[in-house]
Amino acid sequence: MTALAALFVRDMRLAVRVGGGALIGVLFFLIVVTLTPFALGPDLALLARVGPAILWLGALLASLLALDRLIAMDHEDGSLDLILTARVPLELAVAAKALAHWLTTGLPLVVAAPLLGFLLNLEPKATGAVALTLLAGTPALTFIGLIGAALTVALRRGGLLLAVLVLPLTVPVLIFGVAASNAAIVGPVPFATPFAILCALTLMSLVVGPFAAAAALRHGLE
Amino acid sequence: MNLGPHAAFIVTAYAAATVIVAGMIAWVTLDRRQLTRELDDLEARGVTRRSQRAGEDAP
Amino acid sequence: MTLIDFANPSRFLSFTDRVLAWLAAATLLAFAFGFSQVIAAPDDYQQGATVKIMFIHVPAAWLGIFAWGLMSVAALGTLVWRHPLADVAAKAAAPIGAAFTLICLITGSLWGRPMWGTYWVWDARLTSVLVLFLMYLGVIALWRTIDDPTRAARAAAVLTLVGAINLPIIKFSVDWWNTLHQPASVLRLGGPTIHPALLVPLILMAVAFMLLFLTLHLAAMRNEIMRRRLRTLQMLQARAAAGH
Repeated sequence: MTALAALFVRDMRLAVRVGGGALIGVLFFLIVVTLTPFALGPDLALLARVGPAILWLGALLASLLALDRLIAMDHEDGSLDLILTARVPLELAVAAKALAHWLTTGLPLVVAAPLLGFLLNLEPKATGAVALTLLAGTPALTFIGLIGAALTVALRRGGLLLAVLVLPLTVPVLIFGVAASNAAIVGPVPFATPFAILCALTLMSLVVGPFAAAAALRHGLE
Repeated sequence: MNLGPHAAFIVTAYAAATVIVAGMIAWVTLDRRQLTRELDDLEARGVTRRSQRAGEDAP
Repeated sequence: MTLIDFANPSRFLSFTDRVLAWLAAATLLAFAFGFSQVIAAPDDYQQGATVKIMFIHVPAAWLGIFAWGLMSVAALGTLVWRHPLADVAAKAAAPIGAAFTLICLITGSLWGRPMWGTYWVWDARLTSVLVLFLMYLGVIALWRTIDDPTRAARAAAVLTLVGAINLPIIKFSVDWWNTLHQPASVLRLGGPTIHPALLVPLILMAVAFMLLFLTLHLAAMRNEIMRRRLRTLQMLQARAAAGH
């Protein structure tokens, strides 16, 4: 098995273990979606109207909170030093970690979204649209978050700073994710346009994220 | 100068900008004063940089 | 004198000591002249005298964006060329850029109130500036949270460059979002075009703001160099006290 594949498998295994954080993200997502009707009131029409926005915000926050497991854990137990000095290019290594992270924390959110849409009185078509946009957009959230995780890796209480740094960068993803969902429900814009832009944002983040994170790790931990 | 019915907004806008700019100037000035004081204090106590002791600025 | 000559902080300090007084004087003159033109400027036929707020709001926006551009160039200096003054330039620019952005937000809000009736309407341009302001606060927080100045400089440099890439994307996204939710109206602070009689005071104020930025930035860079020297000396002193 190549070093890169080994790193990927290791991260996947760690994430699905007990205390691994794979399902905690989904639990947080569920709690946030449950909280919003308490704040908004049980008006079903209102909930259906803002449903896509609530689901997207919940997914965004859940992704954010899971980020501190991405790099900080390796920094704490010393494996980050091994990754930094390995022959595998650092950009690929962090990309592999981010991919494993998305598969174990982002993808479960996508799977959970239809169930939560049911709570928010969303129609099947709306729920499907939201799930599809989350599928296309959560990788962007992970790969942008990767940058913040790399920047704050050496800080002990870096959690909130991580959020402060990452959230403004995720504004475009949020805008187009919700826009695409709403386009599928009410129009007038065709679903394809914002969805294509969302996919483009994700593709960009797949490139920019690992490069920026690798630069941050290299320069920050010398 | 007649500033029209919304004069209060115009004046407030200029006042806010002035306050913020004054704040910036104050920050830069007070910061410099404190830093100079602390640096002089350390120099008086004999703590100097190598280049100062060598008597010339390092190239 | 080439750029590399300024890599020596001491030489840079003597340069700033000579130049700063002139820059400050030039700034005052520029503002004096600019204000005189602002007062003389005619009222806009739609907005009346409130258009005078534009003479602060727009230059502040330009400077807020310019400062991030300056920080990005400095970031390249830090990461690619390891130019010693790049760190100092970047750190000094951040609070000043944030201040100009804040001026833009406050004046924009005050300009919008008489025009649209509320202090904040999530107008596309103002919202983009708000996100820029949040990014400034983030980078300032990053500078202050990392202890070691060199490491802080490099982390801030990466964040600044990522932000620079993102800012056009954010602007585009917010524009899109705004047209989605306000399809009928074409709300645009300042109207579609600026009357030429208003252009002259605007440019003059922009020049004055730029000179102000340069003065503040140079002074802040000087302070930052002094702060680093102080830190070195304090560490030397601590080491001596510990008996090394």
